[in-house]
Order: sequence, then C-alpha cells, then structure tokens
Amino acid sequence: METQSAALIGMGLAAVGMAGSGIGIGYIFGKMIEAVARQPEAEPILSKYAWIGFALVEAIALYALVLAFIIMGQA
Amino acid sequence: MQTMQPLHAFTVHTQLPLDLFGVDISLTNTAIALLLTSICSTVILILLLQRQSILPGRAQLLGEMYFEFIRNMTLKNIHEHGEHYVPIMFTLFTLIVGSNLMGLLPGSFAPTTQIVVTGTLAVAVFLYTVYLRVRLHGWGFFHAFAPHGIPFYLMPLMVPVEILSFLARPVSLAVRLFANMTAGHTVLGVIAFFGLLAPWYVQWVPLSLSVALLGVEIFIAAIQAYIFCVLSCVYIDDAIHPHS
Repeated sequence: METQSAALIGMGLAAVGMAGSGIGIGYIFGKMIEAVARQPEAEPILSKYAWIGFALVEAIALYALVLAFIIMGQA
Repeated sequence: MQTMQPLHAFTVHTQLPLDLFGVDISLTNTAIALLLTSICSTVILILLLQRQSILPGRAQLLGEMYFEFIRNMTLKNIHEHGEHYVPIMFTLFTLIVGSNLMGLLPGSFAPTTQIVVTGTLAVAVFLYTVYLRVRLHGWGFFHAFAPHGIPFYLMPLMVPVEILSFLARPVSLAVRLFANMTAGHTVLGVIAFFGLLAPWYVQWVPLSLSVALLGVEIFIAAIQAYIFCVLSCVYIDDAIHPHS
C-alpha cells in the first residue's frame, strides 16, 4: 500500500516538469507576437518556425507524462 | 460508477494468432491499423492522381500540393542531393500522418501510440544516417564526435557529450511522437469521460471541449509528422556534411 501511495505522489511530482514547458510556450508566442508587431509582412515565415518550436517544447512536457506512466507501471 | 481507465485504449490485442517457424507474427490490432493506414493512404493518393491533365482539377491539385509541400521541406533541409531523399520523406510523412489520423476515427486505433512503431521508424532513420556517414566519410565518422576549434583539454568532456547527444537522437524522435499521440488520446478520453459523468446541465462543457480538442488533435497529428520528417532531414544532412 505504501509503494502505491508513493507512486501516486511521484506521478504528481512528475507533472511539475510541465511548468517549464508552459514557460517555454509562453515565451515562444510572446516573442512571435512581438516579432509580428514589428514586421507584419514576415508573419508566414515566423508562424512556421513558431509552430515547430511549439511542438518541440510541448514534447518536453510530454516526457514528464511518460515519466508518470513509467512510475505508474512500477507501482 | 465505472472506474476510469484512460490507458485502456492502448492495449494490444491479438486478433489472428499466426506462427512462422516459431516466430510470433500474429496479427494484432496495431498491425491491422498499420495495414489499413498504408492501404487507405495509397488508395487515396492513387484516386487523387488518377486523371492527370495539364490543367489540373481539384483532386490533382490537392495531390500535387501535398507532394510539393514535402518536396520543398526536403530540399530546404537537405542541401546536397535533396532530390534523392524526397521519396523516403514522402513515405515517412504519409505513413505517420496517416496513422496519427487513423487513431482519431472513433473505435479505431492509432499505431503511433505504440512505442514499438515509433521506435522502429526512429531507429531505421538513425541506422540510415549512420550508414550514410560511414559510406561517405569512412573513418571520418568519428570526427563528428570531436568538433573543430575546441581546445584539446576539453576533449574528455566534449566527446562523451557529443556521443550521448548522438545516441539520444532516435530516443527523442521516438518518444516525442509516441508521447504526443498517447497524451492526446488520453486527454480526449478523460474529457469524454467527464462528459459522460457530468449532470445533464453542465454536460455541454466537456462535450464541446472535446470537439475543440479533436480539432487540436488533427493539427497535432500533422505537425508531429512534419517535425519527424524535418528532424530526419536534419539528421541526414548532418550525416552528409558533419559539423560543416
């Protein structure tokens, strides 16, 4: 029973890793809006890179999810 | 109240047990979904390009736009002999985007939610880049691990880091695609479960959210396939011109 509850706590702790990804996504889109406001004609090029960056940063958050799954499998 | 099992959808069932000289080649739901994906994408692409003319119709235009998109992506990321790698990138992109979208059909199964599938694709790309690098550069293969212009006393630090980052490539490729797909389906499942459990006067909140999430999932399915292909292109380009 103790290992199970420890696993649940661990899964919750793994979710903390998503905070960094949240900061990253906010940073990407903040900079994107800034750049488009400075140079609106560059939007198609910028949005492509912004979406690629978004997906890469989002994947980091999902590594935390994978960690949570691994902990769940161990319990 | 039934218990929620968000990961229940990802279990692999054997549909048709097959045995080839002691090797288990049973037809599982993953294999069936992969076969369906390849058949469907082939049939759709053939149908799109069936009647070819100088003045393209809507279907031909769609097929050509799809091909042009992948061709431009490949040529932009592989600077030398990019044309050689257009077919493999087209196949990779079509397979991945098809199997991602396959999972969004109700009652269906996405092969990319199995790390076996994404891992096989990523390791295949990785081994291909290793082969390319050995064939093009021979023993210069190991030069990639010792970048130019760094002082030699930093070598004991840099070489292990370079080797580790080289070996981490297939892992990150595989886990990125697998985790994105699995997480997307899990979120959809959880939201749908909330929708079923909620009292009728708030049921519209999770159910309308699940519609919006399905839209996001379609977008993510395409963008993850795109990222897989872009990174494969970058790795192949890196194998042709290591640290140029």
